[in-house]
Amino acid sequence: MAFSIIKPGLLDTIQDLGRHGFGNWGVNPGGAMDIYAAQVANLLVGNDQHEAVIEIHFPGPQILFEQNTLIAITGADFSPTVNDELIPRWQPVVVRKNTVLHFPSLVQGGRCYLSVHGGYCLKKWLNSYSTSLKAGVGLQLKKGDELPFNESTIYFAGLLKEQNNFEILPWRVNTEKIYQFPHEIGVIPGHEWPLLSSASRDSFTEDNYLIHPSSDRMGYQLSGAPLSLDAPVELVSSAVSFGTVQLLPEGQLIVLMADHQTTGGYPRIAHVVSAHLPKLAQLRPSDTIQFKLMDLESAEQLLVSRQKELHILQRSCMDHLNEMVC
Amino acid sequence: MPYTLFPLGDSAVTLDLGPVIDEHHNIRVQAIHDWLQRHGFPGILDVIVAYSSVSVFYDPAVVRASGVTGGQRTGVWVEELLVRGWEETEPGTGAALRPGPAGTPADGGARQQSGRCFRIPVCYEGVYAPDLAEVARQQHLSVPEVIGLHTAGIYRVYMIGFLPGFPYLGTVDPRLEVPRKQRPVPVAAGGVGVAGKQTGIYPLNSPGGWSIIGRTPVRLFDPATDPPVRLQTGDRVEFYPIPAEEFHRVSGFSG
Repeated sequence: MAFSIIKPGLLDTIQDLGRHGFGNWGVNPGGAMDIYAAQVANLLVGNDQHEAVIEIHFPGPQILFEQNTLIAITGADFSPTVNDELIPRWQPVVVRKNTVLHFPSLVQGGRCYLSVHGGYCLKKWLNSYSTSLKAGVGLQLKKGDELPFNESTIYFAGLLKEQNNFEILPWRVNTEKIYQFPHEIGVIPGHEWPLLSSASRDSFTEDNYLIHPSSDRMGYQLSGAPLSLDAPVELVSSAVSFGTVQLLPEGQLIVLMADHQTTGGYPRIAHVVSAHLPKLAQLRPSDTIQFKLMDLESAEQLLVSRQKELHILQRSCMDHLNEMVC
Repeated sequence: MPYTLFPLGDSAVTLDLGPVIDEHHNIRVQAIHDWLQRHGFPGILDVIVAYSSVSVFYDPAVVRASGVTGGQRTGVWVEELLVRGWEETEPGTGAALRPGPAGTPADGGARQQSGRCFRIPVCYEGVYAPDLAEVARQQHLSVPEVIGLHTAGIYRVYMIGFLPGFPYLGTVDPRLEVPRKQRPVPVAAGGVGVAGKQTGIYPLNSPGGWSIIGRTPVRLFDPATDPPVRLQTGDRVEFYPIPAEEFHRVSGFSG
């Protein structure tokens, strides 16, 4: 069971939900930028949400399926095709042996996720599949790579009708709530928020910020009117997290993303709420964002209810899959 | 010792002793780290020790689902746990004297006062020390004086952060306190830098803003070894000078 890479994309890496528990070694969690899309990609094909997925940036790769395979693509819309026929996202698809998956055009979003039923058969490092290019662990897809899958007991050929290249399975996810108001990013005040000048506190929530082209998996650099503190502050390095908004010395902001460092010494003026990180991960350079202050209680409620929805999704996907193949 | 507790977003809480680089503060937050290793809870993801703070990371959905919070917001419950950890590790209480747990991987360092000692060779010559002359000039010292001051210190590993295996060591002789560079520049793996009261070693090629006064052939991070990092919070480090030929002979690095 495998597929092979005919042509790699700009940045295709293996990710999962992150490498947690090694911060005191300076090892950051990494993991998928859009955790929600990565989880759903797995659930749709009957996997555990912690399985490895491929995180794909545009331009994406070309992939040859060496077996009939059940896949799901979630996240950004790079108009995925199988042998030049469009396939849906957020929905499981059985693809026929010897067909080619391709991502010809960028419609919307920052990165998409590709899961296969059974999961990719790879080695973990420190309990995670996540790729860290800096640490030299994980996998970035190269031309000719063969990516093996874990064994599956399902006979997918039975689901492929006649000569069709693929078969779309009849369950999908409604993602409207997760990605609605894409430019509105909820934040919680950070520890140094009260040190901002009152004018800066106002502009932080009123202004639009442009995501700078130098933004990447480590962080989004934002362009906007510079902010300032009432008085300079000397901090010593301490822990930061995915979503921490730091104020740089020249007054610009950076939002720390999946590959952020474990610690930092810049003022933490805010933190993006976890439930809005998937939206942020799907924005691209030159997109604008507007910050909206939220309270911790609602931020947590969003996360808790989303996790409940994911549990329901997991059960219903498993039921559907069992019905299809029995 | 006063502390503050604050949320680090919706999935982490920090206990902070203030912006100081001080051994007692660092030992104190390590003790809380060790206490938390023994008082884990469902959904805890990590506990990160820094100079004078300890941060607990968790997945609120998992913590809530486990029922431990009794319906209150997770962060509130974790703050209460940290207060308990603070009280039970107060110096003079029995709990504070208990040794930390054996080296489980997730423990990741931060062992209380168990500091091992490392002597680390550094080449303070030529291309290996790109900023050495500038540091000497800024501080009105000779190059041998800078090397003498840097190698005279016995440094504590206050924390590992920034890059895998990057030790924040301190504190340096006040005569070696130089500001950070305005902009980060490329630093070769093994680069030994100084910035403010700190000295440190870049385990990987990386941009960096510290002044590079030497380079060590010792690899501080290797994903193929277990554990992948050589140093841990609480360890002691001394530097000793080696000539360029010695660096070449033992170096695992090219160039």
